[in-house]
Amino acid sequence: MATLLQVKNLATYFYTEDGVVKAVDGVSFDLQEGETLGLVGESGCGKSVSALTVMRLIPNPPGRIVSGEIIFQGEDLMKLDDDEMRHIRGNRIAMVFQEPMTSLNPVLTVGKQLTESLELHMKMDHKAAWKRAQELLEMVGIPDAGERLQHYPHQFSGGMRQRVMIAMAMSCNPKLLIADEPTTALDVTIQAQILELMQNVAKDLGTSVIIITHNLGVVARYAQRVNVMYAGRIIETGTAREIYGNPRHPYTLGLLKSVPRLDEPRKERLAPIEGMPPDLVNLPPGCSFRPRCPYAIKRCEEEYPPLVSVKDSSADRHLAACWVADQLGRK
Amino acid sequence: MTQQVRLNQPTATKDGNILIDVQHLKMYFPVTSGIIVQRKVADIKAVDDVSFFIRRGETLGLVGESGCGKTTTGRCILQLYRPTAGSVQFGELDLCKAPGQLLRAMRRKMQIVFQDPYSSLNPRMTAGSIVGEPLLIHKLVHNNKEFRQQVADLLQTVGLNPYMADRYPHEFSGGQRQRIGIARALAVRPEFMVLDEPISALDVSIQAQVLNLLEDLQGQFNLTYLFIAHDLSVVRHISDRVAVMYLGHIMEIADRNELYANPLHPYTKALLSAVPIPDPLVEAKRERIILRGDVPSPLRPPPGCVFHTRCPIAIDECRAAVPELRKVGTDHWVACIRV
Repeated sequence: MATLLQVKNLATYFYTEDGVVKAVDGVSFDLQEGETLGLVGESGCGKSVSALTVMRLIPNPPGRIVSGEIIFQGEDLMKLDDDEMRHIRGNRIAMVFQEPMTSLNPVLTVGKQLTESLELHMKMDHKAAWKRAQELLEMVGIPDAGERLQHYPHQFSGGMRQRVMIAMAMSCNPKLLIADEPTTALDVTIQAQILELMQNVAKDLGTSVIIITHNLGVVARYAQRVNVMYAGRIIETGTAREIYGNPRHPYTLGLLKSVPRLDEPRKERLAPIEGMPPDLVNLPPGCSFRPRCPYAIKRCEEEYPPLVSVKDSSADRHLAACWVADQLGRK
Repeated sequence: MTQQVRLNQPTATKDGNILIDVQHLKMYFPVTSGIIVQRKVADIKAVDDVSFFIRRGETLGLVGESGCGKTTTGRCILQLYRPTAGSVQFGELDLCKAPGQLLRAMRRKMQIVFQDPYSSLNPRMTAGSIVGEPLLIHKLVHNNKEFRQQVADLLQTVGLNPYMADRYPHEFSGGQRQRIGIARALAVRPEFMVLDEPISALDVSIQAQVLNLLEDLQGQFNLTYLFIAHDLSVVRHISDRVAVMYLGHIMEIADRNELYANPLHPYTKALLSAVPIPDPLVEAKRERIILRGDVPSPLRPPPGCVFHTRCPIAIDECRAAVPELRKVGTDHWVACIRV
């Protein structure tokens, strides 16, 4: 498989009144063609900001991409000007957002919104675009697609709106789809529908997907690789099997242990991660997870651990940023 | 607490076991039309003939998707909405018939914790005055010293530092705000608490902290909970019994172990199979029931069983009549004619 996207040493800071928020601070990862990558972490860990950075959608001011390279299909997106970037957004890289109600324009019909990018990027005439839009709605399983094109977003339910968003994202056959919490606002049974749909559509079109989520379960089923983020950095990365079966960062381990699971006997008591997520303006010295970490040693206070390969891992490229990662092996 | 507000009504039930008894509860919201004269044109049947009970000291989990009426049910029990029909027995007293003054006194015994810790706290009040306000309303403290002492105790009970009493809500994190919400509910030493999605807005690593706190408090103060949530794995963890709602109706209600080991209603089965499990090996082997379509509008619920439009095993009879909630085992009721 060829590498589609390569992100190197990305850093995005927000300059606020309270100080510099290091939302993303030295993130590197790559994505193969046709692969689904999960980006997992809690709110404020930088998962959405890293995705927005890839799309170069960081509002400036207050935000700024401080450093890094984003190599997409052999081209560094950081070197493109705004005009060239607009040709990539919605065309070769598309995005699905969390809240389908606020990401659709309420005063335009769904048909108008769907055909806009087709006319712009694919240079279709109005009639061809309208026909293609209808096909797209059919593809995402919306009944009476022809008639539904005339409807406004408020006439759709939450799940249907998210289907429209997916249709819109897939309209120009993107190489990369970034889905930022695509199902968080939806009900459990609708969630399953949408994830299944996204996976099938991406498979049919050979699109690579980055799913951003805080729900460890969502990623387990659909992602081949998982990056776990904490306080602006990737703290563990590996194949989904390795991350869930053989987690090596105390944070990953803690997250997996703190959620009740339906397939396991009920525990009398949950094992939460103590403390709370750090303030991104005043990160503690050394490892940012240290104040909450049950395994912390003296060294964690002094040096930030590098993201390095772990021992005894069967899969390739299983990395963790922890000084004690090798002692946390399979028990 | 030095002095308690005495109520005339006894709160012990006949068998002393059931604390809340909800019978045929209905809550219809009118839909009006017209510019000058508002005429009622339809009803949104948010809760339509729901019956269940909650035993003293237990946690009843109420699950369902958005719009199924679970929150409305919780609010009807507390009489935050006055139900259209039905009764809510709190001990011996029917809350639906209770006059305002008595109801106000009863509110000391039942409290609610809301979902969104950001919007349920007044941003202009300090944490201490938020937590202490119920004490003043119900006249449970007599002087400033007592007030401060009780507020400090309450904050400590929920795992906050007493010196935080002078801070404003925006100075707290989401998890801490939810603790303030819980402390406010606890202030009047209630017997019964409605927990309306208390952890949904919190980060994953914080959710377990708050769940553990709720369990500790239940043991410490002998509380009875109605735990409203959409997350079935969380509900299994905290509940003794679980009720599943869909479009204003209860579909299935059973003991926790029974419901998760032996779900009978096709909707319960679909819900359970839709919950993702954080393990790729398990997920790869799992069969999923993906329901087709959307939840119908409560404005025009389908005739007969409300679930028949999405049900994989529906037959013609399902469209004919609303299925009764019938007993199928010890502590297991289900509203489906196909099981």
